[in-house]
Amino acid sequence: MVAVAMTVNGKPVTGDIDPRTLLVQFLREELRLTGTHVGCDTSQCGACVVHVNGKAVKSCTIFSWQVDGADVTTIEGLASPSGPLHPMQEAFREHHGLQCGYCTPGMIMTAVDMVNRKGHELDEQTIRHELEGNLCRCTGYHNIVKAIAAGARAMGQGAGAGQHAAE
Amino acid sequence: MSATGIGASVRRQEDQRFITGKGRYTADIERPKQAFACFVRSPHAHARIKGIDTRAAAALPGVLAVLTGAELAADKIGNLVCGWMIHSKDGSPMKMAPHPALARDKACHVGDPVAVVVAETLAQAKDAAEKVRCDFKVLAAVVDPARAQAKEAPQIHDVAPSNTIYRWQLGDAKAVDAAFKSATHVTRLDIINNRLVPNAIEPRAAIGEYDSGTDSFTLWNTSQNPHVARLVISAFVGLAPENKLRVIAPDVGGGFGSKIFIYPEEVVTLWASKRVGRPVKWVADRSEAFLCDAHGRDHVTVAEMAFGDGGKILALRARTIANLGAYMSTFSSSVPTYLYATLLSGQYEIPAIYCEVDAVYTNTLPVDAYRGAGRPEAAFVVERLVEVGARELGMDPAELRGRNFIKSFPHQTPVIMNYDAGDYLAVLDKALQVADAKGFEARKRQSAERGKLRGLGFSTYIEACGLAPSQAVGSLGCGVGLWESAEVRVNPTGSVEVLTGCHAHGQGHETTFAQVVADRLGIPIDKVSVVHGDTEKVQFGMGTYGSRSGAVGISALVKALDKVESKAKKVAAQMLEAAEADIQLKDGKFTIAGTDKSLDWGEVTLNAYVAHKFSGQELEPGLKEGAFYDPVNFTFPAGCHICEVEVDPQTGESEVVAWTAVDDFGTVINPMIVEGQVHGGIAQGIGQALFEHAVYDREGQLVTGSMMDYCLPRADNLPSFKVAMTVTPSPSNPLGIKGCGEAGAIAAPAAVINALTDAIGTEALTMPATPQSVWAALQTVSPSVAA
Repeated sequence: MVAVAMTVNGKPVTGDIDPRTLLVQFLREELRLTGTHVGCDTSQCGACVVHVNGKAVKSCTIFSWQVDGADVTTIEGLASPSGPLHPMQEAFREHHGLQCGYCTPGMIMTAVDMVNRKGHELDEQTIRHELEGNLCRCTGYHNIVKAIAAGARAMGQGAGAGQHAAE
Repeated sequence: MSATGIGASVRRQEDQRFITGKGRYTADIERPKQAFACFVRSPHAHARIKGIDTRAAAALPGVLAVLTGAELAADKIGNLVCGWMIHSKDGSPMKMAPHPALARDKACHVGDPVAVVVAETLAQAKDAAEKVRCDFKVLAAVVDPARAQAKEAPQIHDVAPSNTIYRWQLGDAKAVDAAFKSATHVTRLDIINNRLVPNAIEPRAAIGEYDSGTDSFTLWNTSQNPHVARLVISAFVGLAPENKLRVIAPDVGGGFGSKIFIYPEEVVTLWASKRVGRPVKWVADRSEAFLCDAHGRDHVTVAEMAFGDGGKILALRARTIANLGAYMSTFSSSVPTYLYATLLSGQYEIPAIYCEVDAVYTNTLPVDAYRGAGRPEAAFVVERLVEVGARELGMDPAELRGRNFIKSFPHQTPVIMNYDAGDYLAVLDKALQVADAKGFEARKRQSAERGKLRGLGFSTYIEACGLAPSQAVGSLGCGVGLWESAEVRVNPTGSVEVLTGCHAHGQGHETTFAQVVADRLGIPIDKVSVVHGDTEKVQFGMGTYGSRSGAVGISALVKALDKVESKAKKVAAQMLEAAEADIQLKDGKFTIAGTDKSLDWGEVTLNAYVAHKFSGQELEPGLKEGAFYDPVNFTFPAGCHICEVEVDPQTGESEVVAWTAVDDFGTVINPMIVEGQVHGGIAQGIGQALFEHAVYDREGQLVTGSMMDYCLPRADNLPSFKVAMTVTPSPSNPLGIKGCGEAGAIAAPAAVINALTDAIGTEALTMPATPQSVWAALQTVSPSVAA
């Protein structure tokens, strides 16, 4: 067993875990943050994307002990519980960027990271290219692309006040 | 139209939980004292099981049980079954082989479960599963449906000589032969409809829980139809009577057909939970899902179309071998028969059609319904024949289609279906306009300037949805009725719960069903909740597949709302001391015609429950009504999709550069949701045409067994889609809904291949049209271009 300590969604957490415990397992099974999903076992689908120290990471591809001391944000921590939704969450709803909802947390976390790296004016080609690590089987990506473009602009207009400090 | 009523693009009620990580999928559920299951699966495609030694596994820490087919048989757990009886042309019934939830004597495909380990933790279960020693005698395997019936092919099941499940036919062979004799031109195609893996992003999962206090079971599973699962597990598997088995399908992350079926893992987790006295949870890994979820398509077809003067279609003939895999999955038999050959008339007036289908066993995963289920295969046959026919006749493909379109309704085809409504020319005209077909030649020249080949392809598809009239499908062998149920529970304060037998796994029922209620009763949409997916809440229902939830499920809701309105008017009449016939309900108010007397919805609902203003003996208190709706006919959504591709002749790489979809879905409840369904369907259809292929090697190993090997379409493989609609309401249900969920997947493959073959100038191209196969095809026609 190995001891880990990290900050998840602004709260300090600790665990005494089997060293083979993946970050996604720690989040889902130990912390019961089940918004982060597992859709594959080969790092292909991106349903498990979270932010580690502000950067998008596939939480199925990293051991929990590797992020010891890190600041982790999951879909549950993207907006503060009592505040408004994050503009990217709002954009996915407004533009029907989700159907079954299973890939959605990973898509939203990837999208926020995309904006952090690429800015607020994202063209279609950039968005589609940047989504290479995220699979959706429902939407054909059409509305996800629209949602991300709109969410990126909204984040630039200061609508992201409710988001977690680490973002 | 109100802001939340029928026809409004209401934002989805269910989204709040999904965008905040509060969705509740089966894998998210944690039961007190739950244990974990790991299946031991056959690594061989075909092997005799000589013995299974579980001792080393059972001795490992945390292991609660290691169970095999022997224990399953000892406990008299019944086999899984296929619920649609197909008879061969000689009258004999289909040859259904036994399908135990754990293989006992023989493994018949790679991934066939032979044992299960139940342990305290998943890691312990996985560790122990590796220690189960199974002594296999490996047998020769057959995977190719075209070879399954050969004399030298290994025999998979004793009940099915030549691995043949049935030899079925539909249509008039003599009339077709005569029509072909009189033809001025015949177009013939060899078609392989490639085998696909559905790949809903949520892997399947199941939690079985036995309660010894009540001698009852609960199953949480990733099901599109929990009531059907309960019925099969009760009536055939025999695990528990229906009143002692509750099935809950909570949020489900996509299905596309693959979550209709009743699978071994569901039976085993339930059974094991009683054996070990603990809840047993199983969640598929993706690599495991490739080996245990039913696959789709896998047809080998020879098809011919006979043309007469002026391009008139005289007849169609098709002979298909359909691969059903190692066992007959729940509805597998119906897919290559009544969901396929009945659609071979397409949108066309074809006087004579004949289709023969042989269904065969192979040492591959079971094959069953996948988005479209038979109808994509039919549309591909018809739309390729028409397109190639037009090219061979030197006619414009749109004009040839237009000349042969069915133009008056109802229209009886030679293959059972009676089309109720449509306007195919209007759809085609609109599609040509939206796609700017006139500008294609200019775009083609521009592509050529960049060294690219550009092609345009049509698909004017039809589908039969709204599954289905119970008597009709019963006469064709279906073991169940395909009506739907709805219950409308009005609360004293006027809010409403709708209970539906449909199941949403991405379709947005919590919004569309609520829109219908809000529209009808004139109450705010947030006063309506939609409940589904729990056999203890919803009395019965047939689930969601076959684009049926709107056409059948919402029709049941409308029928229940009729009764609610009628009852509420009785209450209002008592309160207003008026005749019931004079009461009107509009915009949430009950009024008496010609007076200014009115009551709010909430006043009436409260009085229905307090029952102070009427005699409880003359009028029952309460306001709750249910309805079962059985459709009078299938519905017939149809449309025209136009695809434009660019091909790089140097590499064979192709890109879908433009997509136009014009569809007639009848009445649309929520255009935003319907368009989303179209987008998703097109993406899966493009996936089939260009990327996806479940490949087995000759030994029966699935070569494309992970998302690294099986190519799913990604965002940068697809264009944005131009989507438009025309509307001819279906006369066959109260709101005129036709259904939209499968359309894109049905239309798209033919449109892509028609566009690609137009670009490269040869028809010799099979799906998936990978860069390699496009490049190879180019070599046969213009090696100088492709060098």
